[in-house]
Amino acid sequence: MAGRLSTIGVRITHAIPVILGVVVVSFLLTRALPGDPAVYFAGAAADEESIAEIRTALGLDKPLYEQFIIYAGDVATGDLGNSLSTGQPVLEDLANRLPASLELTLTALLLSCSIAIPLGVLAATRPGSAVDHLCRVLVTAGVSLPTFFTGVVLIYVFYYLLGIAPSPLGRLDFIYIEPDHVTGFYLIDAAIAGDWETWLGALKQLVLPAATLALFTLAPLARMTRAAMLSALSSDYIRTARAAGLTEDKVLFTYAFRNALLPVITTLGMVFSFTLGANVLVEKVFAWPGIGSYAVEALVVSDYAAVQGFVLAMALLFVALNLVIDLTYTLIDPRIGFETK
Amino acid sequence: MTNDTSRRSFLKGAGATAFGASVLPFLKVLPATAAGNDVVVAVTGQTINSLDIHRTGTNRPSYQVAVNVYDRLVSFGTKTLDDGSLSYDYSVIEPEIAESWEFTDDGMAIVFKLRPGGKFQDGSPITADDVKWSFDRAVSVGGFPTVQMKAGSLEKPEQFEVVDDMTFKINLLRKSKLTLPDLAVPVPMIINAKVAREHATDDDPWAMEYLHKNPAGSGAFKVASWKPGEQLVYERNDNWTSGPVPAVKRVVLREVPSPATRRALLERGDVNMSFNMPNKDAKELSGEGDITIATTPIENAIYCLCPNLSFEPFKDKKVRQAIAWSVPYEEVFQTAAYGRGAPMWGGDATTPADIAWPQKFPYSTDLDKAKALLEEAGYGSGFEVPLSISLSQTDWMEPAALLIQENLAKIGIKATIEKIPGANWRTASLVEKRLPLHLETFGGWLNYPCYYFFWAYLEGHLFNSSNYRNEEIETLTSETLHMNVDDPAYAPKIKRMIEIAWDEVPRIALWQPALNVGTRSLDGYEYWFHRQLDVRGLKKV
Repeated sequence: MAGRLSTIGVRITHAIPVILGVVVVSFLLTRALPGDPAVYFAGAAADEESIAEIRTALGLDKPLYEQFIIYAGDVATGDLGNSLSTGQPVLEDLANRLPASLELTLTALLLSCSIAIPLGVLAATRPGSAVDHLCRVLVTAGVSLPTFFTGVVLIYVFYYLLGIAPSPLGRLDFIYIEPDHVTGFYLIDAAIAGDWETWLGALKQLVLPAATLALFTLAPLARMTRAAMLSALSSDYIRTARAAGLTEDKVLFTYAFRNALLPVITTLGMVFSFTLGANVLVEKVFAWPGIGSYAVEALVVSDYAAVQGFVLAMALLFVALNLVIDLTYTLIDPRIGFETK
Repeated sequence: MTNDTSRRSFLKGAGATAFGASVLPFLKVLPATAAGNDVVVAVTGQTINSLDIHRTGTNRPSYQVAVNVYDRLVSFGTKTLDDGSLSYDYSVIEPEIAESWEFTDDGMAIVFKLRPGGKFQDGSPITADDVKWSFDRAVSVGGFPTVQMKAGSLEKPEQFEVVDDMTFKINLLRKSKLTLPDLAVPVPMIINAKVAREHATDDDPWAMEYLHKNPAGSGAFKVASWKPGEQLVYERNDNWTSGPVPAVKRVVLREVPSPATRRALLERGDVNMSFNMPNKDAKELSGEGDITIATTPIENAIYCLCPNLSFEPFKDKKVRQAIAWSVPYEEVFQTAAYGRGAPMWGGDATTPADIAWPQKFPYSTDLDKAKALLEEAGYGSGFEVPLSISLSQTDWMEPAALLIQENLAKIGIKATIEKIPGANWRTASLVEKRLPLHLETFGGWLNYPCYYFFWAYLEGHLFNSSNYRNEEIETLTSETLHMNVDDPAYAPKIKRMIEIAWDEVPRIALWQPALNVGTRSLDGYEYWFHRQLDVRGLKKV
């Protein structure tokens, strides 16, 4: 136990230079963006004088190094500044929006894993069969259908035509009051509060966007599972296991599947990271107040603090994610340890 | 270092920490009345980013909070348009917080009598001191509010005088017809100075931080909850003293970025209003059963094609006219605006008959005339020019630019479309004025032609992105800007200005844009020059 904790500690210290680099790079990159926030935020009828006033108010008239020192100092004290476009502290925005994105992405991944992995395994064990073809069709569809298209189609069919789905109005229909903030995940918060009505309301809102994202993320997972299973099944130790007369289930799940799981986990980590940032379009279609649309809006208006905050939050998240994935490797395959590197 | 990670220890650790949180009692669902007859649900694509219109960075959609939650000294009247929809009436100024007002004998001051018994939402009385504090704030904080106040010749705190608790006096810098209407725009709202002063600090004397999130007004609605990026809920102020108490109790304004989703919600009947719909949806949904679409041409606004006079071929008036004759107006209007708005081409005379603005420019599509003019100007063999559009307004700019490009090619001008990121657009087109040929849109809040000319035709002024200068227009604009409309000298001067603007065409009018609002089981939507939702008059049907 103590050993694992210290390994985690070492890994976290390794992340420090990465984070510092991210702070510097995100600062410089946002400054390199086209556009002048002072002009943008001065409003429609602003003249030179009021633009200059706003530039001073935003501290953009100072030299770049001075701006950076102020920014770095603020970040060190946990202050990410104020977003101009939403008018809120960036930290507060992120605290509100990150859980929304995470809840959506995790639900979608749970859904897509529960379909993709069994499907991939079945396709690998019965190559050329109907299941294999179904897998291929799903994979192709998942890759080729853009998420905003799937989203709009799902809304059209399930909300507009059939009327089964609730109105696509974000995380909770306006007749519910959002659960008290504990984790920011509505499903968890509502469950903690024992408010099952709200829980169900939140779940209903989640179904369509999660299905949209699941269809998109299903493709790489199913393909990877199938490929990994195929190569595992054709390896020597499986032949040995079969020769030793082990039952087919034992061969398949204990030996083949467990070994095939490693590349699947790697893919899962990658899929998770890109979906979190890339589900902007799904967020827009379902009015989901997530982090992707926040970042894009901020980028469009050169809202420096918000963009920097977003990049930093994502960097931290990925450091944590990589750590979790590495830990998961050691759970799946005891041969892998941190000290081997 | 040893590594003893195992599934067993992992699970052991997880089991201990989970399910430790306590169960909190809490209100599950809003009372049943929430979905009843006095609740209106509206959707919009934009985010409200502040509850204070005076703050730096407050965006346009947020102006509606100033309208619904605050009052002004005066307001505009209401009129019914030809199509049966409601609009504010520019010609009528009505009392709001002020009960009456009069000009002093020399005409250099206005004295306002406040409505007796006027109360803020917290129950405290509205006094002249609150009005002065609010006006001082608007002219002092800089940025947009200060510029807007300046348009009405309201420039410094010394102009505002508290005569007694219920009497407020504005000393004028000059006699101007713009002063009184400028008091009815959202900016000079009356803030509860007692509350604001309590939250002011040495660094923040105008309580910007506090009022950003906590409105302190006297308006018809209070803000019940506000989650930027999600929703704003208005709740009726049952003790509103500046007008009749509104019919609806609650208005839920939900932000839905995708226009397709907004349309589906309105069609399904899950929302009562879709504010600022795309032209395409407005066209397709109008005449659809239960949905009413109000399409109101935006006053004093024109979408324009602007040739920049700092660049060589456009210095010649004939080249500008040639371009004006080459634009395929009808196709542009139908494709880029889906025919919503008002045509601004095909006028029959080169001198205006009246002072209406905007009115049809005397150009239409005539490629032969265009070619002849280019020939005369010595550009018979054509030239190359970039045609710039903004990436954040591609909905109308892109189709318009493609059609214009096609016709320019027919008269020998090779235009390449240059797309500029939204964040950069204002700097490039309006501040630096460095785009040779580009699309532009300007609409003036104060509905006078001279006000439009002031912003868009005077050299160096923000919306004159063509770098145009004409001595006569400079003089005439400054003469007419503050002059009363019924002054006999006014109309001839304005006509002359319009005539010059038509002849010299530094701005080629394409069409007058429109604001589309779809409603369902809802009455009382009113168009305002500020193009934001006024929820005060809404009624469920």
